[in-house]
Amino acid sequence: MSEYRIQGATGEWEVVIGLEVHAQVTSNAKLFSGAATAFGAEPNAQVSLVDAAMPGMLPVPNRECIRQAVRTGMAINAQINKWSRFDRKNYFYADLPQGYQISQLYHPLVGEGSLEVQVDEKNPESTKTIGIERIHVEQDAGKLMHDQHPTMSYVDLNRSGVALMEIVSRPDMRSPAEAGAYLAKLRQIVRYVGSCDGNMDQGSMRADVNVSVRRPGEPFGTRTETKNVNSVRFVMAVVEQEAKRQVGVIEDGGKIVQETRLYDPDRNETRSMRSKEDAHDYRYFPDPDLLPLVLDDAFLDECRASLPELPDAKRHRYETALGLSAYNANALTADVETARQFEELLASVASAAGKADADVAKRVANWLLSERPGILNAHALPADHAKNSLEANTAIVVATEAGVISGSKAKEIFESHLTSDIDLAAEIDSNKQTTDTGAIEAAVDAVLAANADKVEQYRGGKEALFGFFVGQTMKAMAGKGNPQLVNQVLKAKLG
Amino acid sequence: MSVDTATVAKIASLARIKVTDSDLEAMVPELNGILAWVEQLGEVDVTGIEPMTAVIPNTLRLRDDVVNADPLTGGGIRDQVLANAPAAEHGFFGVPKVIE
Repeated sequence: MSEYRIQGATGEWEVVIGLEVHAQVTSNAKLFSGAATAFGAEPNAQVSLVDAAMPGMLPVPNRECIRQAVRTGMAINAQINKWSRFDRKNYFYADLPQGYQISQLYHPLVGEGSLEVQVDEKNPESTKTIGIERIHVEQDAGKLMHDQHPTMSYVDLNRSGVALMEIVSRPDMRSPAEAGAYLAKLRQIVRYVGSCDGNMDQGSMRADVNVSVRRPGEPFGTRTETKNVNSVRFVMAVVEQEAKRQVGVIEDGGKIVQETRLYDPDRNETRSMRSKEDAHDYRYFPDPDLLPLVLDDAFLDECRASLPELPDAKRHRYETALGLSAYNANALTADVETARQFEELLASVASAAGKADADVAKRVANWLLSERPGILNAHALPADHAKNSLEANTAIVVATEAGVISGSKAKEIFESHLTSDIDLAAEIDSNKQTTDTGAIEAAVDAVLAANADKVEQYRGGKEALFGFFVGQTMKAMAGKGNPQLVNQVLKAKLG
Repeated sequence: MSVDTATVAKIASLARIKVTDSDLEAMVPELNGILAWVEQLGEVDVTGIEPMTAVIPNTLRLRDDVVNADPLTGGGIRDQVLANAPAAEHGFFGVPKVIE
């Protein structure tokens, strides 16, 4: 992939990007209280006296939140700090009842790690390593609504105190595509690990995008930080727009001010949040309510042992052990849910067909990636449709694998199964393709006899007619002739 | 370490505490007195001594991930949470409009 450059009036510019990703930790209860974290509850229904910062309340960390952050750190090969500590980040805002956020500045739970991102969609082997500086654990703030009342803002503290992981990258990305790929990879990994649901539209993952520009090879320029960007596409747009803006400012003789900005998707531009300027004076200090967090080896061992197979390892295994193409291995491992479905169906088919996983993997992969989605899409059916069951999928794929029905019949039968009330097993049975060579020969003879003129043409060199004979024979046999045998018999008889 | 009037005014403003100029004048020497008193600790040589986090050896206790296990630190108590709010409507806290 060629390097990404911005063409300015005075020459080429390189963009430098770092991302701070806030990922909501998957847990039942909040980081420091027993209130629930579920999305979409009535306002302030999931707020404890701790979250509302009532006097005398003391925070007690939720073990699961710590565990999930540690597992995430392990998944990016990061150093896990057995001794970490919580600090107070002080600022005054209506969505922060404590007047400070409990975070980890000086001694984060997770230290340095890295991610491999795929920089060329078509080539899974083209990777770049993006450094990750740290992951720390902190509290989320509440939510403000400004448009519900003429003079007041409404505050909902349901989100206040929910655990976040802040995942801070190194300034290692150099293009919108790399920034997008990094965020997508991070999302893929936390979803595999189960430490965050990755629902960006619900705010479960959001990124602060740090962008600066420089002449290629020169030291870093001054950066700006665009806050709370909530999709991969928007992250890429922010990088592109903000880099262009900075180049424009510098080339017009101006200077980039280190500042916080907001992205406006409707106008596709970033704009300054000047009011936040002196809010950067956070006066951090160790939280006196919390002792240092000390983790023992047993805790870390459990975290490591409970990690699932991660996407890169899975993709590699699908290629080497199952013999799938790089493209299919990539597509099946892109999302943890797709991989889960594949492995479930693979195990079910292999066991029902009495074959090894590797012997049926290609057929299962093709069924899941191209054949079944075609049918579901044609009828606008959701993948979780009740009739799209493991049993039905297994029955169809096993019947195809065993040569009982042809691939095209399989699709037809599955389609009628989804859209009407048929008895799947009976339908498969009545559509059995025949391997009875006598029946096939009889059908072929009839077809050749009825098309004597075309047989002459074929023998005269018009070989493209072979397909016509196959089609006629299959038609005569109502689609039940075994395609390989039909081909064989035709070849023999046509000479 | 010491603070001047401008620093105290800035800290007050960051914490959104309104302090009159005359209070500010009185506060500067008071705060400097406190800082000087605490600074005496700097006279102790603590080379090679681990910072102490508690007077008895103790580590941070962790809770299980169970919702509302203890009613004192659980949710579902909206009326109590909103009880002291100067303004509360439709289940929300109401605050003077703050808009970016």
